[in-house]
Amino acid sequence: MDAFTTLTAIAAPLPLANVDTDKIIPARFLKTIKRTGLGVHLFDTLRYRADGTENPDFVLNSEPYRRAQILIAFENFGCGSSREHAPWALLDFGIRAVIAPDFADIFYNNCFKNGILPVRLPRAVCEQLMADARMGNNARVTIDLARQVVLRPNGEEIAFEVDPFRKHMLLEGLDEIGQTLQHAARIDGFERERQAAQPWLPSLHA
Amino acid sequence: MGAGMKRTLFDKLWDSHVVERLPDGTCVLYIDRHLVHEVTSPQAFEGLRLAGRAVRRPEATIAVVDHNIPTSDRRAGISEPESRLQVETLEKNVAEFGVPYFPVLDARQGIVHIVGPEQGISLPGMTIVCGDSHTSTHGALGALAFGIGTSEVEHVLATQTLLQRPAKNMLVEVSGRLPLGVTAKDLVLAIIGRIGTAGGTGHVIEYAGEAVRALDMAGRMTVCNMSIEAGARAGLIAPDETTFAYVKGRPYAPAGDAFDQAVAYWRTLPADEGAAYDKRVHLHAAEIAPMVTWGTNPEAVVPITGAVPDPEAEADETARGQMRRMLDYMGLNAGQRMTEVPIDVVFIGSCTNGRIEDIRAAAAIARGRRVAAGVRALVVAGSGLVKQQAEAEGLDRVLTEAGFEWREPGCSMCLGMNPDKLAPGQRCASTSNRNFEGRQGPGGRTHLVSPAMAAAAAVRGRLADVREFV
Repeated sequence: MDAFTTLTAIAAPLPLANVDTDKIIPARFLKTIKRTGLGVHLFDTLRYRADGTENPDFVLNSEPYRRAQILIAFENFGCGSSREHAPWALLDFGIRAVIAPDFADIFYNNCFKNGILPVRLPRAVCEQLMADARMGNNARVTIDLARQVVLRPNGEEIAFEVDPFRKHMLLEGLDEIGQTLQHAARIDGFERERQAAQPWLPSLHA
Repeated sequence: MGAGMKRTLFDKLWDSHVVERLPDGTCVLYIDRHLVHEVTSPQAFEGLRLAGRAVRRPEATIAVVDHNIPTSDRRAGISEPESRLQVETLEKNVAEFGVPYFPVLDARQGIVHIVGPEQGISLPGMTIVCGDSHTSTHGALGALAFGIGTSEVEHVLATQTLLQRPAKNMLVEVSGRLPLGVTAKDLVLAIIGRIGTAGGTGHVIEYAGEAVRALDMAGRMTVCNMSIEAGARAGLIAPDETTFAYVKGRPYAPAGDAFDQAVAYWRTLPADEGAAYDKRVHLHAAEIAPMVTWGTNPEAVVPITGAVPDPEAEADETARGQMRRMLDYMGLNAGQRMTEVPIDVVFIGSCTNGRIEDIRAAAAIARGRRVAAGVRALVVAGSGLVKQQAEAEGLDRVLTEAGFEWREPGCSMCLGMNPDKLAPGQRCASTSNRNFEGRQGPGGRTHLVSPAMAAAAAVRGRLADVREFV
């Protein structure tokens, strides 16, 4: 996983609430056995017309937003299916951060596993950032994870919250499984105690 | 959690699975059961292979195929090459890593969330995860069960744990009894209509009250299944005599003395009297009618006696815009009566409503009636065993004589990853869980309903109030 430290980039406004993961990447594109290559289908039904051509009204189909690395949206972003194909599609397109008033839990969690930073900011701030983002090439938004601030194009700093553990993992680009395996002896011990205390817990066999 | 603190069901399930608490409150949480399917696992197994890691506890893991498989005769294999590759990849992975597996021609095969409880693989008191958001279903047994992404699937395969922070506690209490013709599906749709699609975000919802206690296990699973549609991390119902009677005798459930020991432990799980919840919601069961969605998320729901709401009456601009977009997508007009909406397709099945009780409910309406001209109606059992049971009861004949298609088990038209899809513009009364744009096929229009309501819609050829049939 790539580390996330600071990002200065074009931000794309997507003024929609309840953007579900089916909308981010429809189920028919989940038949892949890879993590990559999904960017072309990101927001497929919003982005393309029935004949397969680009919908010119969709933000990611216009300059400079084709190069956006930050997405700004409204409430409950990423609701619905647990599919990690949603952050994979965002990442494959080039998105490294999503700013919204709140996120669905599974999507929020999945972002951190893929080097994407989800930033929760109040709705009024998101509206302000969307207005900034509409300045297109004349505006860059900066996200500084170490300092936990978003910098508006005018230099104003907006603080945001993030769990210390998730922040650390993202700043360092660490492999979570490797971290957990440092507790392997504790897991072994827990497993032995659990099986002794609840001997009726059944095993499944192939 | 200090001794003497009053704890909720969720608190007890959480505490009993914490391996280690990290300084910032993140916990290494032990996972008892890991359910695996073909769509969200290939990249996880590939990750293990690249890192040279094994599956830590294959005997705590079970794999099935459900999302991609056709619901027609499967002996011929899967014709769609990408679907076939995903299924073959799962079969290769379970063989290589020694994971127990129910293949497509095994009678135990079915939708992962139907199979787990049916086999006694999912039990009260457990932590259960799966790379699928509807894992919340298993909470009906009094287990902490939630959906995870593929990176976490790999994490559980490698470590049998997850790094998690505890959720908040939410109590949804439903007093009184559900009226005749009103089912668990209507109850959960009414709850989502009340609290909204993000009403449960950051929380685990415990369902309680007389109406919930009165539900059978199938109904409880339907309610917990749709917890994720309210944004909740998981749904829970405290285990009771109904739960223990359901679990007893299942193939993988403990038996004999072991079962008695287990029950003694499970009886300690319900919330302590006076335990605190971060959020509480109360509903009166008697006020709930059969429900139907009109929009493109599950909170856009009204009683079948109601009408399509008017966006212009909505004060918030974003919400108003979203409602207009929904009506446009759904091809509906503000003020239109729900019972005047014609339908093209009926889908009865899914992890929400693919159990034997659901098929019985549909068959009871279909018996002696006919599917309306021009309507295609599919019934897809949730597992091979559900299908066998229905056939033993003659329900397949009741349904096929009424003009329903009787198909092989799988996820099917809930998400259209197999050939069962809506065509653009087609309108479906569906017993599944999501009415998102394009969920059942690009351009398809979904109205979520109960199995009995779906059968009633099939007969009428439009959305219908099932109470006129009983």
